[in-house]
Amino acid sequence: MSTTTTPFAEVAASTSTLRAFLHGLPGVDRVGADARAAMLGTRSIKTTAKRQAIDLAIRMVDLTTLEGADTVGKVRAMCAKAIHPDPTDPSVPAVAAVCVYPDLVATAVQALKGSGVKVASVATAFPSGRSSLEVKVADTELAVAAGASEIDMVIDRGAFLSGDYLTVYEQIAAVKGACGSAHLKVILETGELATYDNVRRASWLAMIAGADFIKTSTGKVSPAATLPVTLVMLEAVRDFLRTAGRKVGVKPAGGIRTTKDAIKYLVLVNETAGPDWLDPDWFRLGASSLLNDLLMQRQKMASGRYAGPDYFTLD
Amino acid sequence: MFEYAPAPESRDIVDIRPSYGLFINGEWVDPLGEGRDKTVNPASEEVLAEVAVAGEADVDRAVQAARKAFAVWSAMPGSERAKYIFRIARIIQERARELAVLESLDNGKPIRESRDVDLPLVAAHFFYYAGWADKLSYAGFGPSPQPLGVAGQVIPWNFPLLMLAWKIAPALACGNTVVLKPAETTPLTALAFAEICRQADLPPGVVNIVTGAGETGAALVAHPDVDKVAFTGSTEVGRLIARSVAGSRKKLTLELGGKAANIVFEDAALDQAVEGIVNGIFFNQGHVCCAGSRLLVQESVAEELLDALKRRLSTLRLGDPLDKNTDIGAINSAAQLAKIRELSEAGEAEGAERWSPACPIPDKGFWFPPTIFTGVAQSHRIAREEIFGPVLSVLTFRTPAEAVEKANNTPYGLSAGVWTEKGSLMLWMASRLRAGVVWSNTFNKFDPTSPFGGYKESGYGREGGRHGLEAYLAV
Repeated sequence: MSTTTTPFAEVAASTSTLRAFLHGLPGVDRVGADARAAMLGTRSIKTTAKRQAIDLAIRMVDLTTLEGADTVGKVRAMCAKAIHPDPTDPSVPAVAAVCVYPDLVATAVQALKGSGVKVASVATAFPSGRSSLEVKVADTELAVAAGASEIDMVIDRGAFLSGDYLTVYEQIAAVKGACGSAHLKVILETGELATYDNVRRASWLAMIAGADFIKTSTGKVSPAATLPVTLVMLEAVRDFLRTAGRKVGVKPAGGIRTTKDAIKYLVLVNETAGPDWLDPDWFRLGASSLLNDLLMQRQKMASGRYAGPDYFTLD
Repeated sequence: MFEYAPAPESRDIVDIRPSYGLFINGEWVDPLGEGRDKTVNPASEEVLAEVAVAGEADVDRAVQAARKAFAVWSAMPGSERAKYIFRIARIIQERARELAVLESLDNGKPIRESRDVDLPLVAAHFFYYAGWADKLSYAGFGPSPQPLGVAGQVIPWNFPLLMLAWKIAPALACGNTVVLKPAETTPLTALAFAEICRQADLPPGVVNIVTGAGETGAALVAHPDVDKVAFTGSTEVGRLIARSVAGSRKKLTLELGGKAANIVFEDAALDQAVEGIVNGIFFNQGHVCCAGSRLLVQESVAEELLDALKRRLSTLRLGDPLDKNTDIGAINSAAQLAKIRELSEAGEAEGAERWSPACPIPDKGFWFPPTIFTGVAQSHRIAREEIFGPVLSVLTFRTPAEAVEKANNTPYGLSAGVWTEKGSLMLWMASRLRAGVVWSNTFNKFDPTSPFGGYKESGYGREGGRHGLEAYLAV
């Protein structure tokens, strides 16, 4: 528990203190949160702003493959794409990271050596999180040993929903301990949390347990990331910085497929947590097909024409 | 870091004529007098068009046309009247973008609001009342409620087309004919509506539009052949109208000013309450009669809430109303701007603390930054008088009873807001607040099915919903 940020040591003393704290957070009105997210979705981002947003979004992408059928070849191809998303245009920036299963971390590390693109690995019995703490810690250590600089863990939703906040807290803290210098992203799996109040509580729980990033979803549960859920999480990191003095990042993941969607998320960040979060260090987009749409729109902005989908690589 | 590039809605879609006459008996006619007025874009002070000023004789012509048309329109089966009103609603939807741009040009409100709030509500009002036209026998006003005759309607400049819809839709559905006077600073969408009446083949004289200022309105209200007067606007003018109509057979509804309390309890969903406060007072630059212009916040969360509110205000985008990303548009007129300034200065002079976010103001046009006053006392003018601008007065309270007392301690009684996660407290408050509308965990929410109107000096009569029919029926 050495990772606990001091102001919250007392909060994490027991399930009842945690419960009192989390349930003392201001509620979230679903109708109001949905309306705010929808309003921000109407922002019109054009011309220079759109160009800027597309490049920023590319730099924020965690290019992800999390399939049973993943192969070494597929991961290598994806890494090549991560470094040079558009081989015909060197002005396209690299993405932030690639995200793979632990057994493919070594492959990714080798393929990305010297590129600056980070390697993230899911861990802790992804995606369900249904295993013992020992297995979760071992899973994390495996990924870190293989060279992952970012760990995307899942929380135990069963424990969270049954009110056993201390178990969730201890697991996050233990995994954080196993991460060493690697950054920890905590996946809340908001699609299973049922209410925005729970999203806010889970966000705070993860942050006080030591999360460097809070992430919406595994991508294996529907709904994955939504604008209002991300809004609630952005409010949480904004408030956490104010009360605890520590800045935490946010990563919506899953279901973000188009440039238009990605730009809506950037607007949400800009007008909720603020422009300080508009940086790959503090905001990521977990996605795979999104990247090609960003490239297509980027090319269209430059040439005035759309190229067909076959002009963009499928990796 | 992430600057939104200008994203202006194209104004090419609107076709503004250099000059407009009066719309009487289905035709455009010149006024009998020499009176002409100009309507300007408040965001640029550019003259948009020249508009006729109707004198007494013009008003008389319009009322006569409406009287003649009443015979045809009131005798028509409700199902036939409905067809015309439905057609008007559909044309409004088809021309929504054009009307939204026109409204923003003439009024100064952000296109986001005219596009996403005003126009959808305008169409919804016509659709809703079209549905009533053949069901009046089942509205609870007897087996065969009859129309009143000619309705003289005077509307304000804050929601020009929406207020027109609130007035004209129920009047027509009930079988009345109308003479409507739009505000002198915002006549253009009413004049566009006249074109829509022609497009819909509405029988001549059923809707007549006479433009002009206060004198034209006074002539309309005082006309002996008007059976019904409906007015939305200031309490001051409302009093004049009540006096002018007193002792006559005319039926009167008034929707006047307000000084609504938006009450935030310590258990409220804070982020959404902040949004509600912003929407309550900065929507439409605060040019809203039911605006939540007095924030009553429970003292235990006052500091936190004010911090959050100030942070939120610094993200508001003030500027070109036609830019799709604008949150705060222009103040409608120089006169209104002067009034807002005068009251804000009085607030400072009386000892309240004034705060506005850093907010660049355009060189031309009429603008006022979003403004908060803290340390406001009940006795300050800014807590008592309707400012009708983007100015919020913040007061604190300790107990629910104190909140009720402060909220009701105003001559007005149009609306109120209550923010709490506790259902029992919300209902307890709602039953004690003397306001026509009490919103809970939301604000400035409108729907054609819901009646709207005030207590005390906020007026009388209800508009909207089944209740809104009563004002236009002989019951």
